[in-house]
Amino acid sequence: MLDNHLLWLIKGGRVLDPSQGLDQVGNILVKDGKVAWIKKHGAATSPPDNCHTLDAKGLIVCPGFIDLHCHLREPGYEDKETIATGTMAAARGGFTTVCAMPNTNPPLDNGPTVEFVKRKAQEEGVVRVIPVGCITKGRLGNQMAEMAELARAGVVGFSDDGSPLADSNIMRSALSYSRSLGLPIINHCEDPDLFRGGAMNEGWVSTRLGLKGIPTTAEATMASRDIALAELTGGRLHLAHISTAASLERVRQAKEKGIRVTCEVTPHHLTMSEDWVLGNRGEGSPFPPLGAGAYNTMAKVNPPLRSREDVQAMIQGLREGIIDAIATDHAPHSHVDKLCTFDEAAFGISVLETALGSLMTLVHGGSLPLPTLIARLTWAPAQLIGSDLGTLKDGSPADITILDPDAPWVVDTSQFASKGKNTPLEGATLKGKVMATMVAGTFRYRDDKLKMEQADG
Amino acid sequence: MIKARELAKPQAQSGHTQPAKGGRRHLLDLDDLSRAEIETLLSTAKTMQEVLHRDIKKVPTLRGKTIITLFYEASTRTRVSFEQAGKVLSADVINVSSSGSSVEKGESLYNTAKTLQAMNADIIVIRHPHSGAPYLMSHFLDSCVINAGDGSHAHPTQALLDLYTLQQHLGTVEGLKVVMVGDILYSRVARSNLWGLTKMGAQVVLCGPLTLIPLDFLTAYRNREGHPFASIEVETNVERALEGADAVMVLRLQRERQQAGHLPSLREYSQVYGINQKRLALAKPNVLVLHPGPMNEGIEIDPEVAHGAHSVIEEQVNNGVAVRMAVLYQLATPSREGS
Amino acid sequence: MPEKRVLTNEDIRRVLTRIAHEILERNRGAEGLILVGMHTRGVPLAQRLAEKIAEFEGAKIPVGTLDIGLYRDDLSGGRRPKVHPTEIPVDLEGQRVVLVDDVLFTGRSIRAAMDALTDFGRPQLIQLAVLIDRGHREIPIRADYVGKNIPTSMDEEVQVRLRETDGRDEVVIRTQEEA
Repeated sequence: MLDNHLLWLIKGGRVLDPSQGLDQVGNILVKDGKVAWIKKHGAATSPPDNCHTLDAKGLIVCPGFIDLHCHLREPGYEDKETIATGTMAAARGGFTTVCAMPNTNPPLDNGPTVEFVKRKAQEEGVVRVIPVGCITKGRLGNQMAEMAELARAGVVGFSDDGSPLADSNIMRSALSYSRSLGLPIINHCEDPDLFRGGAMNEGWVSTRLGLKGIPTTAEATMASRDIALAELTGGRLHLAHISTAASLERVRQAKEKGIRVTCEVTPHHLTMSEDWVLGNRGEGSPFPPLGAGAYNTMAKVNPPLRSREDVQAMIQGLREGIIDAIATDHAPHSHVDKLCTFDEAAFGISVLETALGSLMTLVHGGSLPLPTLIARLTWAPAQLIGSDLGTLKDGSPADITILDPDAPWVVDTSQFASKGKNTPLEGATLKGKVMATMVAGTFRYRDDKLKMEQADG
Repeated sequence: MIKARELAKPQAQSGHTQPAKGGRRHLLDLDDLSRAEIETLLSTAKTMQEVLHRDIKKVPTLRGKTIITLFYEASTRTRVSFEQAGKVLSADVINVSSSGSSVEKGESLYNTAKTLQAMNADIIVIRHPHSGAPYLMSHFLDSCVINAGDGSHAHPTQALLDLYTLQQHLGTVEGLKVVMVGDILYSRVARSNLWGLTKMGAQVVLCGPLTLIPLDFLTAYRNREGHPFASIEVETNVERALEGADAVMVLRLQRERQQAGHLPSLREYSQVYGINQKRLALAKPNVLVLHPGPMNEGIEIDPEVAHGAHSVIEEQVNNGVAVRMAVLYQLATPSREGS
Repeated sequence: MPEKRVLTNEDIRRVLTRIAHEILERNRGAEGLILVGMHTRGVPLAQRLAEKIAEFEGAKIPVGTLDIGLYRDDLSGGRRPKVHPTEIPVDLEGQRVVLVDDVLFTGRSIRAAMDALTDFGRPQLIQLAVLIDRGHREIPIRADYVGKNIPTSMDEEVQVRLRETDGRDEVVIRTQEEA
């Protein structure tokens, strides 16, 4: 079969590999699922016989993206997503590795459920799936899960994502206990008392719409607490999907002090602001009369889309490296979860397939250099999970993403591989497209327009 | 098959409630009404008021039109008011409440909308505890949708009847000092009135504990020259707020506010913000007292004031029918340019 | 649009004087009489007739105003007129009502007006006074008092202008120009 061929030459693309500071037009030879070599374009090299060639001229060739944070929903919520559909969506989005969050049903709070996800991923998944385990039993926040067993089963970190870990004492214990396992505690920072049934960011838009707001302080106060506990325990803290300038400032200070804290940001918190809930995609007059698109449940996500100032702060934090990585927080939902009033709607956006396209608006807009973007999607998250992925160094697994940075395309959720069609980007034109995704030397997604040359015989 | 695309698509900024061929399709809030449109509604309400004073309170205007009132929240005055308005205009009015309908069986608002669509109602009047529910309905229905109160978002017909009442007594709304006292943050009545009053040229002063005042909202509009909200003032001292006021709108204080920690106690609220005779004396001699009801007498308003000479609270109820007749008339009949 | 004047200021005055006399003659005086002007131009016409009757008879008769907006049968047909308040100052029971309008055309407005009037009580009789009858009736209605019969074609428009509403008194015919 073509895609399973063992020898591939990816020819003439701009090879961008932040792990080795590489940014040049070159050829990559993939052999037996590994990167055999990268040679400067035009260098006198003759590819081996029986080698398929992919013409990557004008395209960018980079390590496969790694998503630290996504919801595959299986087991338990197969109506929203399955490991099969979720990983297919990942492949289409250029992701070769996804970390699956444990808020499934049952949650991944013990070895066997983690094994189940890994086995399912091996059988049906098209990209690498690394599970994240729960911090507490049943994600209930009152008793630590058996973290050592989870670690043995292969989780890359612990998180009760979706439910902030409110009990400071348990948080302290978890940070302390996980130290010896070498794995981070990933907290969804949101003070439940300040959250109090909120539906969107607290601000003029929430007041305008009469919706209950979630103040930015809800995130910042818990981030502060977690940082203090990380300092106390020496544990590794990773803050999931931060969204506010205030929590970013806390992280900056903590990093300056040498506290072991890292954090991630989602594509939507980098590109969308609270006024998307008005249904106007943040364009036009900021104070329009409400149209039928108002109360856009597709823009309901937790943490909520924040103010335009917060979005700018996130971009800057990412550029400066205060924010370590981009993670999608891909949260697929079924139609019924979104076809309802804003208060009733589920939180979450289906992100995997639009991530690159929306992130490229930052590159095209000049607010983020392309190499930085690629680094935050590849090498940086690889570092956080201590993996040998996210690089194109000779001999490393051939997880490769090929993209066309300038190709415009229209978001059409009916073409999504994900079961979650819940995105406020439906119908939007994005510039920047994933053309192919290779996992361990095998193409898992390939755009029809790519030019291939088959080896003879 | 559910069309998710419909929901995901961003809509045109305006023009949704006003199709190109003149005439308004929905009344969801007062934010997209021009001053002229509000004035037309108020003058039409005056005509309707005359009909209500006749011996035979019936005109054939909306004969053959169907109005469905869909109330997901308990309400007496608003629902009855719409029903009476519809009936005086000879429309067929069908009342649906959430109890005793398939809503109780967990039917989603979307499916209810589709069912109603199939029934070809001309007008759907909806009250819902969630902000934005009427917008969802208007998205999926060809019928006219009237918002009869959604969550803490809007209550446009209440605001119109307040404007009507002010105009009736004071001749005009332009230049009046109107003080709104109480829970502004969660009040749909306050929110719609902010649009109505400022568009009609009133000077609005908001008064209440800072936990119930939408400061971020006002700040956002403050620097926007020309926006009607730029002129809104906030005064936390009720005595100072009332000085020289032409009208006081007393808002209902929901008991949940105390439970949610916005207030130490209703007793303290009453002492600091309750409208009594002594405080009212600081306003203009002919000051009007309005309240959207139902009142918590003794908490936000003293019974002496509620039933006193300045109170127009009962008139508000009566005016509500005329105003809703005007709204039904405007929505159910296509317009013609000019007269 | 080209227009042709068919009645002048003076003509209108004479015509109204005649109608006032006819009303008194037909009803044998002003007893139990009420004039009801239809919005918009029927209202000042009714006022003027009442003034003339007061002048001739020395009797002040009540004048009401009637808006038929809420009674029209063409509301679904793409037109929503601006509605005005109706004012009927006396109980109509047993009264002799003279409806006053500027132009009688299809007759539909008059039908609506009679529906509206009967909602206020049961008058002894209803008569109709119009300044202009331009023909083209669509329902069996005729006027009791006519200022002037002006045969018209459908593409013509009769426009009555009055001091109170338009600043001057005249009646003109406007012809739709060929497209």
